Amino acid sequence: MNKLPLLLKREYWEHRGGFLWAPVWITGAILILTVLGIISAEVFRGNAHVQIGFSLDELRRSISAEDIAKAANGLDIVQLVFAGIASVGLFFVTFFYLLGALYDDRRDRSVLFWKSLPISDTATVASKALTAMFVMPVIVLAVATLAYLAFLVLVSVWIGAHGLNPLPAVLGSHPIGMVLRLIAMLPVSALWALPTIGWLLFWSAYVRSKPFLWAVLLPVVALIANAWLGALGAPHFGGELHLAGILGRLLFSVMPASWAGADGISVGREHLSFNMNDDHVVSALDPSHVYGLLATPNLWIGVIAGLLLLAGAVMLRQRRVETSV
Amino acid sequence: MSAQGTQPLIHARNLTKRYGATKALDGVSFDIEAGRIVGLIGPNGAGKTTALKAILGLTDFEGELSVLGFDPRKQRTELMEQVCFIADVAVLPRWIRVREAIEFVGGVHPRFSLEKCQAFLAHTKITSGMRVRELSKGMIVQLHLALVMAIDAKLLVLDEPTLGLDILYRKSFYESLLADYFDENKTIIVTTHQVEEVEHILTDLMFVRDGSIVLAASMDEVGDRYAEVMVNPDQTEAARALKPLNERQIFGKSIFLFDGVERSRLAALGELHKPSIADLFVATMKGTYA
Repeated sequence: MNKLPLLLKREYWEHRGGFLWAPVWITGAILILTVLGIISAEVFRGNAHVQIGFSLDELRRSISAEDIAKAANGLDIVQLVFAGIASVGLFFVTFFYLLGALYDDRRDRSVLFWKSLPISDTATVASKALTAMFVMPVIVLAVATLAYLAFLVLVSVWIGAHGLNPLPAVLGSHPIGMVLRLIAMLPVSALWALPTIGWLLFWSAYVRSKPFLWAVLLPVVALIANAWLGALGAPHFGGELHLAGILGRLLFSVMPASWAGADGISVGREHLSFNMNDDHVVSALDPSHVYGLLATPNLWIGVIAGLLLLAGAVMLRQRRVETSV
Repeated sequence: MSAQGTQPLIHARNLTKRYGATKALDGVSFDIEAGRIVGLIGPNGAGKTTALKAILGLTDFEGELSVLGFDPRKQRTELMEQVCFIADVAVLPRWIRVREAIEFVGGVHPRFSLEKCQAFLAHTKITSGMRVRELSKGMIVQLHLALVMAIDAKLLVLDEPTLGLDILYRKSFYESLLADYFDENKTIIVTTHQVEEVEHILTDLMFVRDGSIVLAASMDEVGDRYAEVMVNPDQTEAARALKPLNERQIFGKSIFLFDGVERSRLAALGELHKPSIADLFVATMKGTYA
């Protein structure tokens, strides 16, 4: 499959705006807010100086080792926040990317150009799934990490300008360990996302128009109908077979780290619900916890469902060429 | 048309394709030999595009079809290494940049020549940083042609390639195709409404009507079989007795189109000449929209 890198590149060319520029703007906005915060702090400090005679010397003396550890832990949390906020953007970009991936080119007929090239439908569908599973999260992680480094520089310069040494706190934090743990999460997140990726690509390949309505309204209607049947006392899904949970898996599993809050995944939930005073944020993302997810049937049932839906998308891609015919 | 003992490039038997109750193709059979330029000509909705789609593996159908020895339904990927396809100008993705399109086609096509592609584009105003949506229709078709001509394919399928283009682009499209692309190892199938502009480049003709082939012949055979005679008013009854395909009036004279009537008998009626494909087409399709 030596064409695969080129197929992934093609996806990037088409969706550069969503894959690259969306996270750049999102994290850029956080950096701008940081700068605004620094400026207002300066203004406030200036006022304070006039009123109470704020002394940096005093502040310097009062810093304890405990304070430094807390600051380092705070930095780790900030790094997570950068990745987290960029991931929220990633969810929306991924969702709409997948809905359009096998539909947009049928609508504008450019599918006839893609199909005039020696590329199998399986390779096409696989390239779109792999893009959502790996390419997009890797780009977002890289952008978020660079933005966090910019944040570090910004805050260090600011603190340094006031005669404080930022290095102990920075050296006490774990930027590299954090990035490695986030990278280690990627394969698990990718497997977890498969049912949603399959579901969205399936409808993208199936519909003649309005993929969003099919992919989203269908589950919602199913849910309401089920609840209605339940209210009438008629046979319906309830109890053990949790319909809302299943449909949620189909729609929202592309949310990065959404497995952390999933029902029945106590492993992830326990260890990710750290509080801000936890000295070791990094340990909450320990791969041994994250990979505990691989032992849950929820993950593997989802993987199987996702692969079946992807196989369906390939079959539809072979048959449904133009939306008008 | 078929030479003895050799497998034709395209071999179709009993092709049928239904869309609901209507048959877009109704048991069509034909062979196309290598090294030909075949015009697939018919009114709107006759089944031309469906036939092309079947050949390209873009639609399901009943019947037997082999293209370069491949079954387009099952071996589309292998087939497309040997086949190029230009539908009308709208199909290049609008977001793609010229250099990206070249890199992509070059990367997935084993028989792509970057030099040829760039040499062709050098004669145009297209530059590598442009996006398709910034190009005019004429430039888009130039770009598509540059991509396709750089591929050493055995079969080129053109579906209304010059639709919506002005006369300058249309002329240069077919001129480039003949001068820089076509040779005895290549085969071209073209559908078009602009019969006049392909007439002099075709080697074979296929008329399609209501999902059936109503005429399949080489241009030489067409020249032998069909003749137009300009008949003076006093001879028109004699001409009608020979069962002409068509009759029309110009400057007080009648022009009759005959199929397979002896030249000597026609010559006695008046001035003989070769019918244009457009006239032949109109005569053959009489009553299509009636």
